[in-house]
Amino acid sequence: MRVFEDLVLSSLPAEDEALRPEIRALIADTISQLPTDVRARSWQGFDAAFSRKLGRAGFVGLSLPKEYGGAGRGPFTRFVIVEELLSAGAPVAGHWIADRQSGPLILHFGTEEQRQFYLPRIASGEALFCIGMSEPGSGSDLASVRTRAEPQDDSGWLLNGQKIWTTNALHSDYMIALVRTSGSSTDRQQGLSQVIVDLKLPGVSVRPIVDLTGDAHFAEVFFEDVRLAPDALVGEEGQGWRQVTAELAFERSGPERIYSSVVLLDAWTRHVEEQARKDEATVRLLGGLTARLAVLREMSLAVTARLAAGESPVVEASLMKDLGTSFEQDVPELVGDDLASHPDEPIAAELHRALLYVTQIAPSFSLRGGTREILRGIIARGLGLR
Amino acid sequence: MDMQELVAPFSRLLQDICSPAAVREVERGESQAAMWQAFEDSGFLDALVDEEAGGAGLSLAEAAPLIALLGYNAVPLPVGDTMIARALFARKGDQMPQGPIVLAGGATFTPFARVARHVLAGSPEDPILVGSHESCPPAPSLRPLAAVLRALLISGAADRVMELTTAFANERSQFGKPIGKQQAVQQQLAILAEQAVAARIAAGIGARGGLYPQAAIAAIAKHGASCAAVRISAIAHAVHGAIGISEEFDLQLLTRRLHEWRLADGSESYWAGVLGAARTSAGPMASADFIRFAQGAAAEKQVGAVS
Repeated sequence: MRVFEDLVLSSLPAEDEALRPEIRALIADTISQLPTDVRARSWQGFDAAFSRKLGRAGFVGLSLPKEYGGAGRGPFTRFVIVEELLSAGAPVAGHWIADRQSGPLILHFGTEEQRQFYLPRIASGEALFCIGMSEPGSGSDLASVRTRAEPQDDSGWLLNGQKIWTTNALHSDYMIALVRTSGSSTDRQQGLSQVIVDLKLPGVSVRPIVDLTGDAHFAEVFFEDVRLAPDALVGEEGQGWRQVTAELAFERSGPERIYSSVVLLDAWTRHVEEQARKDEATVRLLGGLTARLAVLREMSLAVTARLAAGESPVVEASLMKDLGTSFEQDVPELVGDDLASHPDEPIAAELHRALLYVTQIAPSFSLRGGTREILRGIIARGLGLR
Repeated sequence: MDMQELVAPFSRLLQDICSPAAVREVERGESQAAMWQAFEDSGFLDALVDEEAGGAGLSLAEAAPLIALLGYNAVPLPVGDTMIARALFARKGDQMPQGPIVLAGGATFTPFARVARHVLAGSPEDPILVGSHESCPPAPSLRPLAAVLRALLISGAADRVMELTTAFANERSQFGKPIGKQQAVQQQLAILAEQAVAARIAAGIGARGGLYPQAAIAAIAKHGASCAAVRISAIAHAVHGAIGISEEFDLQLLTRRLHEWRLADGSESYWAGVLGAARTSAGPMASADFIRFAQGAAAEKQVGAVS
């Protein structure tokens, strides 16, 4: 028996490959003038106007059904679009989470009314979402979340608590939060639910957390007696854990887990070409990183194929993410070592700034969306060890 | 063709004739004749030979699971090498050579050299045979194909190592519980699984390049498999403890091969150099574009070679 034998080579359908020229034209039109160090922020680059432009062009929510404003296409389509966006360093943060997670979640678990309200807005790039999972005291240990949504007499909910490390909460319209709707934190996975919180509601306050690069993508979000309507609940009360697990397979599987450092890698590649460096160490470093990326891309496609087949490849996605983020973290280390081992060679200021940015932010690559150790625990469970 | 119709019987054949005891006999220099005859009789040696030449007509990608099974079972004879050699000779229209043949993609580190009758030299398009005791000219144009073969063998052995190590971790108790319950061991086994999957995907990329793989395709395959081989072997032995390095324990049949195949036909650094050179000569291109370009170009070449 082979380990994870369902993970097999796949290939992108021709109709998805065919999208590349169009999305490339849009990207070139919009962001080709951005300096390298800004493009290196791609994941974290928030540009609502760009997200709306993508949405109007039909490149957001592509996998949503047509009746909800999507294109009725699948995970392979998203793979192509994401690959193009990240490879170019486009600012994707605005629509990113709604496109990848919130949209599919509402489609799968939401009511018809929720679908009709949220999905067209997501697809047009207008409704921007963030995800409220982590809390002070519960980062990787999600089952211990304490933020509570108490059922009210009018069948609405009263929300109290705090989320932290919420990416782009500052700029988002809605949060899908994992909260406790029954029991206590000692009940672990039991009694958790997902609710959609309009971030403009009274009682919601958002405070930015400045990171070590000087950017503020993370935020703390406080809920004080926030009144949620009955239809804030997504899916079933008490089924939040199951839903979140399925959602994380979307979060962990895509090409975004291999391309976080690719703008830096490509800028460095151009640099060594300009310097006409053809020594063995340089050529091997370039080839080795390219070879690793090629295998990771194929692995990400293999996981995408499981998603396209309607499965929830939780373990496979964890495996993919762990390997992918290791590569993403090795790029700034190895590129930095290479550049600094040629101290007499001038480097462009943009490349220098991109290197520093990616080097400093790289620890987050294996934290966001599940830490390395948690992922390996999931893989071990998949191997029957737990 | 449904590949399961071939994979299952081949797997049974290997279990019958390549038990760990039989593998050790061949390694000790005892007769390999019976094992080889069983492969001859099975017809699998012609799996890659075109149908009009009397073979099963499988592409290398289709045959990949069969070759991986050779690695999985630590087969001590150059069966995969011979499958490939026979296919190349059949395409050239030459008579099928008899006996075990090895592909030699380099002057040293040639697996199975001791048990082969012939060494394949020349090129994939124009293969020639050299007696295994004659001095063999290096055949760099065979190296990409040989490297893909080693990558496939590594991927099969990796799966078996994964299985053995997981089973051992579930059985072996220390501090009152199976070591597989220790988080530190679980984390190591997770890495092992990741590397085994990476080796399989890498080898699969190579197999997709067919019998005339572009250097870039072979480089992606062999670089990935060789990197994985080192880590897999290290983790498996660490988890097994001292028993793992004893001769009598089967793990070493696999891990010795992982190292041997990693070194054969170019290690990870060699192939990193090859891919880096290919990328440099392709001109300025984003990484994602180069990766698609390198694999697309190979697919076209494969189609051209078949037609």
